[in-house]
Amino acid sequence: MRPGPADRYPLLSVRNLSKHYPLRSWWGGKGSVFRAVEDVSFDIRPGETLGLVGESGSGKSTIGRAVTMLNPPSAGTVAFEGTDLAKLSAREMRRMRARIQMVFQDPYAALNPRMSIGDYVAEPFKLHRHDMARAERRDEVEGLLARVGLDPRFARLYPHQFSGGQRQRICIARAIALKPSFIVADEPIAALDVSIQAQVVNLLQDLQDELGISYLFISHDLRMVRYLCQRVAVLWHGRVVELAEADALYEDPRHPYTRRLLSAVPVPNPVEERARLGAASLLPPADPDATGGLVEVAPGHWVADIRYA
Amino acid sequence: MSNIGITQPGVIESGTGLPPATSLRAEPGPIRAFWARLTARRTAMVGLVIVVAMILMAVFADWVAPYDPIATDWGAIRSPPSWAHPFGTDEVGHDVLSRIVFGARASLGAGLTSVALAVALGLPFGLIAGYAGGIVDLLIMRLTDALLAIPFLILAIALAAFLGPSLTNAMVAIGLSATSTFVRLTRAQVQAVAAEEFVEAARAVGNPPWRIAIRHILPNIVPAILVQATLTIAAAIIAEASLSFLGLGQQPPEPSWGSMLNVAKNFLEQAPWMAIWPGASIFLAVLAFNLLGDGLRDALDPRQRT
Amino acid sequence: MAQDRVTLLDVRDLAVAFDSEGGVVHAVNGVSYTLREGETLGIVGESGSGKSVHVLAMLGLIPRPPGRITGGQVLFEGRDLLRLPEKELRKIRGGQIGFVFQDPMSSLNPGMTVGAQIVEPLRIHLGLDGRAARARAKDLLDLVRIPHAGARLDQYPHEFSGGQRQRVMIAIGLSCRPKLLIADEATTALDVTVQAEIIGLVQELKREIGMAIVWITHDLGVVAGIADTVQVMYAGRILERGPVDDMFRDPRSAYTLGLLRSLPDLSRGRAGRRRLHQIEGAPPDMRHPPPGDPFAARNVYATPRCLTDTPPLIQAPGAAPGHLVAAWYDLPARLAAEEAAR
Repeated sequence: MRPGPADRYPLLSVRNLSKHYPLRSWWGGKGSVFRAVEDVSFDIRPGETLGLVGESGSGKSTIGRAVTMLNPPSAGTVAFEGTDLAKLSAREMRRMRARIQMVFQDPYAALNPRMSIGDYVAEPFKLHRHDMARAERRDEVEGLLARVGLDPRFARLYPHQFSGGQRQRICIARAIALKPSFIVADEPIAALDVSIQAQVVNLLQDLQDELGISYLFISHDLRMVRYLCQRVAVLWHGRVVELAEADALYEDPRHPYTRRLLSAVPVPNPVEERARLGAASLLPPADPDATGGLVEVAPGHWVADIRYA
Repeated sequence: MSNIGITQPGVIESGTGLPPATSLRAEPGPIRAFWARLTARRTAMVGLVIVVAMILMAVFADWVAPYDPIATDWGAIRSPPSWAHPFGTDEVGHDVLSRIVFGARASLGAGLTSVALAVALGLPFGLIAGYAGGIVDLLIMRLTDALLAIPFLILAIALAAFLGPSLTNAMVAIGLSATSTFVRLTRAQVQAVAAEEFVEAARAVGNPPWRIAIRHILPNIVPAILVQATLTIAAAIIAEASLSFLGLGQQPPEPSWGSMLNVAKNFLEQAPWMAIWPGASIFLAVLAFNLLGDGLRDALDPRQRT
Repeated sequence: MAQDRVTLLDVRDLAVAFDSEGGVVHAVNGVSYTLREGETLGIVGESGSGKSVHVLAMLGLIPRPPGRITGGQVLFEGRDLLRLPEKELRKIRGGQIGFVFQDPMSSLNPGMTVGAQIVEPLRIHLGLDGRAARARAKDLLDLVRIPHAGARLDQYPHEFSGGQRQRVMIAIGLSCRPKLLIADEATTALDVTVQAEIIGLVQELKREIGMAIVWITHDLGVVAGIADTVQVMYAGRILERGPVDDMFRDPRSAYTLGLLRSLPDLSRGRAGRRRLHQIEGAPPDMRHPPPGDPFAARNVYATPRCLTDTPPLIQAPGAAPGHLVAAWYDLPARLAAEEAAR
């Protein structure tokens, strides 16, 4: 499968990515293999947000860590601007990290509790801009904090003094420090309160408009994915079962699992929501073994071949 | 919107705008917060005061002690406590109080020096074992396990006997015996911290492994090491006393609490004060370091408190 | 609707505080409401709103210290739960009041079979003997649609999936045919499809058993479908409360409106996309609750009075009966003015 002739110049091109974990048998020898991710391919275009949705255990976080080589894939290629990341040496990959950044789910765990906010945000400069003078670095950090909506004087404070929403802003400030072209955002709003989620999503959107960053937006929040993403990939048991423009996917879901997923999202409107619950038409779960390769059913709309037994 | 309001406990919040209208709240940094928590613990403060007092006593022994600790007074042999000799004198007429004061140098010095040696050796090896993993980890840990299989005091005695009787050798022996504890603790701490998301975040911005170990992991394991070091000092003081008691530590006529006990055991009936004061000093020092260590543990790890 | 039914739970002016290093945290500040038999009340709020703390306090489940109940009454069938001896309270908790919490893994004892954990309350509260309790436990697992119930009683929690564990928690919560089921973020940790199943199940069980439900969540979508009455909490207070349809159609608190507007619309395509509405700022530090309306600092419709006086929770003018709001500002009028200006 090769999703899309439209993707002639992708920023990131993932092909046949798999991540397997060997399961040890009880006597310690080689046992079977756990297939966390199996044969996943997708492209991300410059300036685009690709949503990666799926439920717990679907492999979405594994993909996020595989494309950033934090947990390299067992098979397949990840090409970033034409460079095969798996072929880079450790040193070359570290240099590449100036271009590829990551925002994590839990802003409480992602900050080093014993590092001041200023040092934390300045770290990318220390690692990748050796020529930068201390004063210049401080100005940059203050500018970044201001850009994500924080008081620049917060630089001297420590993580425990901030709320979840502020911590996520700090993580975002660090991620954009070197003006990367690609950010993997792994459930960046899942740990935040509802009234804070919109703030962070708007910030991500503004940064994309300003800096042209591409996002891989990993989330289980189907409403937010529809809002933020141009295209969406639906993961199920480690495989992509549907990949399409967001509008096409939400309005005309083709795969039974996508339909099941979308039909389960509560609607914040009592009349519609009661009707949805009353219909009780929650589709039965499909069989994961009945999934074949992707087929293009409409331009840019790819669906896993469903083999009915 | 540009207000800075105060949100959840210990949290400063601003709107999305800037700069703020009001000044920053004076929130204590981690060190000040730690100090506030420590001083709030009465038993820890008792321990700290005793430790500081004993260290001052050892440092300024020349001014504190009423007599020369190795000066003999043949006119006052095994004399009970009196105004002239508040703690009494020993079998050759040494002033016991003066020997206690100078003995603190040997006992506390041995405790601090040996633990410093154990940390200096144990920390890097534990850091390497925990972070590098693989064959390096395997080698370091098997060696550590082998050392840990031998009881601490037995190992210290054996090493001291091998090195020859002197206070310096006793310190080295105790330090080497305590090293494996720190290797193991450091490794376990490193592995726990390395699994945290901020370490992955550090990799994600391009930190090389050595920098992750030094800048991200090390600062987060210092508290646990500090607590263990404080508690180990107490054990090292006992070990020094034991070695001196066996004649493997401080050599006569220089005083140490353990060697004082060694001599005193022969005169328990006739001159009990010879044993009581060094015994009480060891007890007090060990108690103080333990109280301080427990207090540090509570104050350094707010997550463990409920 | 449950308008004419008997009052089951009557919370009066409940206040809860916690002693912390940085001072006293005023977690719940004068919460009053009633719940009728068979009614489903949805309580919506963010972390720190007091939504969870206040139910834990009424069940006697907050750790004391550092927690303290600083005032109020909680009348359950006329008896004040706050003044009941622990022994009496224990009879009600898990008996007439069942509860389900967010994390089914930490609520279940990993070292005990699921069957033993369901049997326990049956023996304590209903005085059933071993055989009868086991039979009832099997019926309960059937009730929450766990296949092969008989065999699964002897399994341990780790052998169940997350959704199944939450079903087990619901089975335990319902084991003694409670008059009230309290669910605190019971589906938050679950996948949407599993959440949909659990909510469907609770709806069915409600039709069968007829218990009242207090469903605590941060998800307005969930509440829209199952609640008769919705209550929005913020900074330890109720800002708005009313019949579910009226609340969603005609919200009177700026906070409720903000929450509703900040949710992206699942049916809106990219073409019609607008910037997400965002509520600026963050909730107040409850060690130093602001005077007046706690939401005032984040509220674009706030009047000067909001900053100084705390508004009472009263009937919203022109809204459905029982639709209460705590606000000095007139939200519909302000929205109409905005509309006119545009």
